Amino acid sequence: MGGVIAGLRRLSYIEANFFSEDAVTQIRQKLLVLYVHSPDLHSAAVAWSLYDGTGQDRSSSGDSEEPPYASVVAAMQDGWRVVQFPQQYPAYPGMEYNTSYLKYEYILEKMEEIHGG
Amino acid sequence: MVDKQHLLNSKQMAQFVADGLLRFDELVPDELNRAACAEMEAGVLRGKAGVPMDELWQDLAIGQVIRLPAIQGMIDSLVGPGPLYDHHAVHTVNANHEHGQIWHADAIIDTRMHFDVQFFYFAHDTPREMGGTMFLPGSQYRRVSESDIARYQNFLGQMPMVCKAGTVAVAHHGIWHCAQPNLTDNKRYMFKLRLNPTVRQKKLWNTDDIDDAEIPGLLNANHRWYGNEVRLEAVNRIKMWRFLTGDDNFDLSYWLSRLENAPENELRAA
Repeated sequence: MGGVIAGLRRLSYIEANFFSEDAVTQIRQKLLVLYVHSPDLHSAAVAWSLYDGTGQDRSSSGDSEEPPYASVVAAMQDGWRVVQFPQQYPAYPGMEYNTSYLKYEYILEKMEEIHGG
Repeated sequence: MVDKQHLLNSKQMAQFVADGLLRFDELVPDELNRAACAEMEAGVLRGKAGVPMDELWQDLAIGQVIRLPAIQGMIDSLVGPGPLYDHHAVHTVNANHEHGQIWHADAIIDTRMHFDVQFFYFAHDTPREMGGTMFLPGSQYRRVSESDIARYQNFLGQMPMVCKAGTVAVAHHGIWHCAQPNLTDNKRYMFKLRLNPTVRQKKLWNTDDIDDAEIPGLLNANHRWYGNEVRLEAVNRIKMWRFLTGDDNFDLSYWLSRLENAPENELRAA
């Protein structure tokens, strides 16, 4: 019986806070794009970008000299979730030595709370 | 004809082939820098694309800068005598501008071995808080179209042009670059000029040191940001060095020689 009452009290607390204008919590996405040495997720980060949907940060070109994480796995250990793997394709005939974009691009996300409504 | 003493040497050319640019600090005298700044503030008349460079800016300080023997030596060494004017621009970054420009390469995908050069002239002091153009050494052979690379923000080895007045960089047309934020209270200026070759780009520089033992090491530079593709970068540099020297047997670390070894063809021929 005591457990039921405690449960009702907790439900009442959640409802009160859920509908309170002072305590509206929203979730926004941050994206970290890491370019690494090889397809190995442990390999060293060589380039990076950050796009922040919380509005707290506005990264741009040339704003840091060292990557925020040493590797994709290091970022995962800090709570980043990998949301996109690079696909690997064989070189088209005749284009074996052409270079263009960085091949090993991993996109990671973190969901963060923002307060206010 | 530029005096030989003003031409680039083979080691500088090898560095250009690897890095895609060369920089020359405090090259232009102060008096010319001040006059060039004034002209940039007023605006420098744009020429018609494809006209001989020699015909432009006869009475301007900017023209005197281009006609400095050291700069003529770079032009002769890289694109040869009688280059064509492609275009120029006075690039500015307003005071207290907090965001970097997106990374880009100029123009569209260019599949030629022949290359244009772009001069980046910094006529006033450019400390880091004022930005400077950010370059990515080693990016010049990557086939991208202008702002296709705008998703990238930072690379290992990126190089901001932090320099004193009178500094000039000369770059392969394909180099990746972007303007950096200007956190000072003064507007920043940079003069950029693109030139096209009219001659075959072969041994145009001072080749007295063509066999220098340091050249393979310069061509083999690892800029780190391309990771596992370093060997593909080396292949592209081997091809460019062969193009520039006319030596079709030149190689680094045997990369191309082993691929060009096709004994079955010789058997068939026999």
